[in-house]
Amino acid sequence: MRLDLLPVGTRAQVESVENVGSLTQRLMEMGVAPGAKVRLVRLAPLGDPLEIEVNDSLLALRKTEARLVLVRAAADRA
Amino acid sequence: MNPTLATPRLRIALIGNPNTGKSTLFNALTGLRQRVANYPGVTVEKKIGRFRLDGGEVELVDLPGTYSLAAHSPDEMLTVSLLSGEISEERPVDAVLAIVDSSNLERNLYLVSQLLDLGLPLIVALNRVDVARRKGMRIDPFLLERRLGAPVVLMRADRGEGLDRLLEILGQWLNTPPRPPLPEQPFQWPTPIARALSDLRARANHREWEIPASDAHLARLLIDEGGAAEERWSTTPARKKWLRRARCPPADDAVPLSALEVRSRYRWIQQITEGIIERRPSQSFPTDRIDRVLTHRIAGVLIFALLMIGLFETIFRGAQPAMNAIEALFAWFGVAVGDAIPDQEIQLGIRRPGALESLLVDGAIAGISGVVVFLPQILLLFLLIGILEDCGYMARAAFLMDRVMSFCGLSGKSFIPMLSGFACAIPAVMGTRVIENRRDRLATILVTPLMTCSARLPVYTLLIAAFIPDSTLLGGVLGLQAATMAALYALGILSAMVMAALLKRTLLRGPTPPFVLELPTYQWPCVRSLGLRLLDRAMAFLRRAGTVIFAVSVLVWAAAYFPRSATIDAEFAARSAGMNSESRSAQSVESTRPDPAESEESLESPTCLDRSREWEAAHLENSFAARLGRQLEPVFRPLGWDWRITVATLLSLPAREVIVATLGTLFSLGEGLSENDTSLQSALQRAAWPDGRPLFTLGVALSVMVFFALCCQCWSTVIVIRREANSWSWALFTFGYMTILAYVGGAVAHEIGELA
Repeated sequence: MRLDLLPVGTRAQVESVENVGSLTQRLMEMGVAPGAKVRLVRLAPLGDPLEIEVNDSLLALRKTEARLVLVRAAADRA
Repeated sequence: MNPTLATPRLRIALIGNPNTGKSTLFNALTGLRQRVANYPGVTVEKKIGRFRLDGGEVELVDLPGTYSLAAHSPDEMLTVSLLSGEISEERPVDAVLAIVDSSNLERNLYLVSQLLDLGLPLIVALNRVDVARRKGMRIDPFLLERRLGAPVVLMRADRGEGLDRLLEILGQWLNTPPRPPLPEQPFQWPTPIARALSDLRARANHREWEIPASDAHLARLLIDEGGAAEERWSTTPARKKWLRRARCPPADDAVPLSALEVRSRYRWIQQITEGIIERRPSQSFPTDRIDRVLTHRIAGVLIFALLMIGLFETIFRGAQPAMNAIEALFAWFGVAVGDAIPDQEIQLGIRRPGALESLLVDGAIAGISGVVVFLPQILLLFLLIGILEDCGYMARAAFLMDRVMSFCGLSGKSFIPMLSGFACAIPAVMGTRVIENRRDRLATILVTPLMTCSARLPVYTLLIAAFIPDSTLLGGVLGLQAATMAALYALGILSAMVMAALLKRTLLRGPTPPFVLELPTYQWPCVRSLGLRLLDRAMAFLRRAGTVIFAVSVLVWAAAYFPRSATIDAEFAARSAGMNSESRSAQSVESTRPDPAESEESLESPTCLDRSREWEAAHLENSFAARLGRQLEPVFRPLGWDWRITVATLLSLPAREVIVATLGTLFSLGEGLSENDTSLQSALQRAAWPDGRPLFTLGVALSVMVFFALCCQCWSTVIVIRREANSWSWALFTFGYMTILAYVGGAVAHEIGELA
């Protein structure tokens, strides 16, 4: 499932990040790397960008960027 | 004290992720002993501070906040070059001080793992331990120190906690040269990268290619696709081809090298932090609760709008008393200087300042005053933006506004600088430093001067009051004058957005920069750090802008003052001689006892003042500036301007609002007129062409206003752009495109106005 389609409040685990060069590199360096646990915190008022929690930080990214991240939603919403 | 005096014993680079309290630590260590310099070709500044310890001087080089050494712009590449000691004209750094946010240890250690590869002595400052504690995290610094093989210091830079221990270590390093860190388990490049690196070295050796000497730099060249190192190195097709092949490992391993690096570094971080962080279920976490309100889709937007209106109002009105005071102070000083220098007596009854006095008062003092007057706005804006930035709200504002800004190809980070442009473009341009991406930052710098700054208001107010009928639209709801003002503001915003979109599609075209923005934990701003930053901005503005603007003002003064024609003086002398004898005889009839004070007073009488202003106007009409204005009159025909408007516009090159004073002089009314002065209004209404047609038609009034809405008649702005973009070409480009825009816009407005 793509990260940008994750329902708000859901936790998930990153499976892969599509390689588009520097953007992918930056995303992964900031923690959005395979295996990382993420949570979609909220969307901005106009629906874009979105805010995610990864490791111990809050990141804002655009939908076009979130689209590159494939995640597996956690079954239970702990 | 001059920081350049003694050579420092130790030169240390300060580096860390954004929002870790890096500048707070820098300020805490160096205090006022800082200086700022520019590197050629990049927009980041080199900030260097010094401090003294028992063993000698320590020099601290502040590097821009970054998450990784991977460099995708010349600005980011600078950090790699500096750390690898590859900047030839500069002494290499002896050691690295890495500042780390304890509340987000894993991600911060990513940069640290790259720094360990440099082979330079390293100190890790674990900052913001209080935030980590509030998040329910406890970090074992001793275990971390052992695993990293480098000293680790727990800190709260905002309170100065931990500074003693940091200084103690540096003191030891001054006495015994420090050694590179020895991690328990050093980070190893994964096999494909290690193989590609040694392969690259061997090939380069064979082909006699020059490659970066340091491994850190070489790794960036190999790994960062489309990065700055690659751009610099792959200058030939052969090099490009080879680099492409080196990056493609055997087919069975399809992961790109960059992903491989990230993955193996995070794996290493996991090993390092194993058992170091103790997590307890955190108490309620305030940042999340605050964000629920501040980024709420209704409440958040409302609060944001209120904050922005407040910010704008504060800069716009709050700075006014201080600006008035500065202007009054300089005016008083001008008068004092004028009084100290004896006036030149033209002829009986008319005394006017001589050339020296005019140079000092109208040229120098007026010029300096025109620069210093912006200082209150700059300080206020930076104070408010600094508070919003330090407490963490700025990132939320960018989050809220990103969608809107993306319409013109920019990101949410450009919003605040552009908004500040409504008050004054100068602090706004300086405020673009929050934008890391070079292209976005340049685009924002280049369009911000189009926002309607406060200096345009005097021009608008004067012309609207004089030429826009005071009628109402929409059945009395909206005044036509107010609507015109609003339209001019809208024109500024619209043209800025269109220009930004154009620039981003042409000159500043490039891949959309990632909008991956960290939303930092909310915290209280550090007063000391904020104060030092304000001081730094103020000094930078005064020092650099002051000198050049001053020179330009003097030049413009000279163009308007010279040549002094003797014929004009003689003509006036002849005229005033006749008039004076009349008034004298009238006086002697009235009063039997001639009072010396009275005759002195008569020199200030309205007729005398008018005459001396006429004399001033006559000289101005004969000046180089006026001759140029007459030459250029045909050029400005499409805008409907005569030579007087042309000259007034030329003379307002240093600052837009000067046009009010110049129009006053040219229409023979003298200086010191404010925009509310009805006599200037009526003089403009009466002004005519030589054939008697009225000069200021609706079309001309509109063309002047539109011209001033779009032009870049503000040298302070041009100079600040030069400084911030670190290039004269961008500064002159801004001036050029805005002037063309203003000219075309003015011509169109003239046509429309003539039709109406």
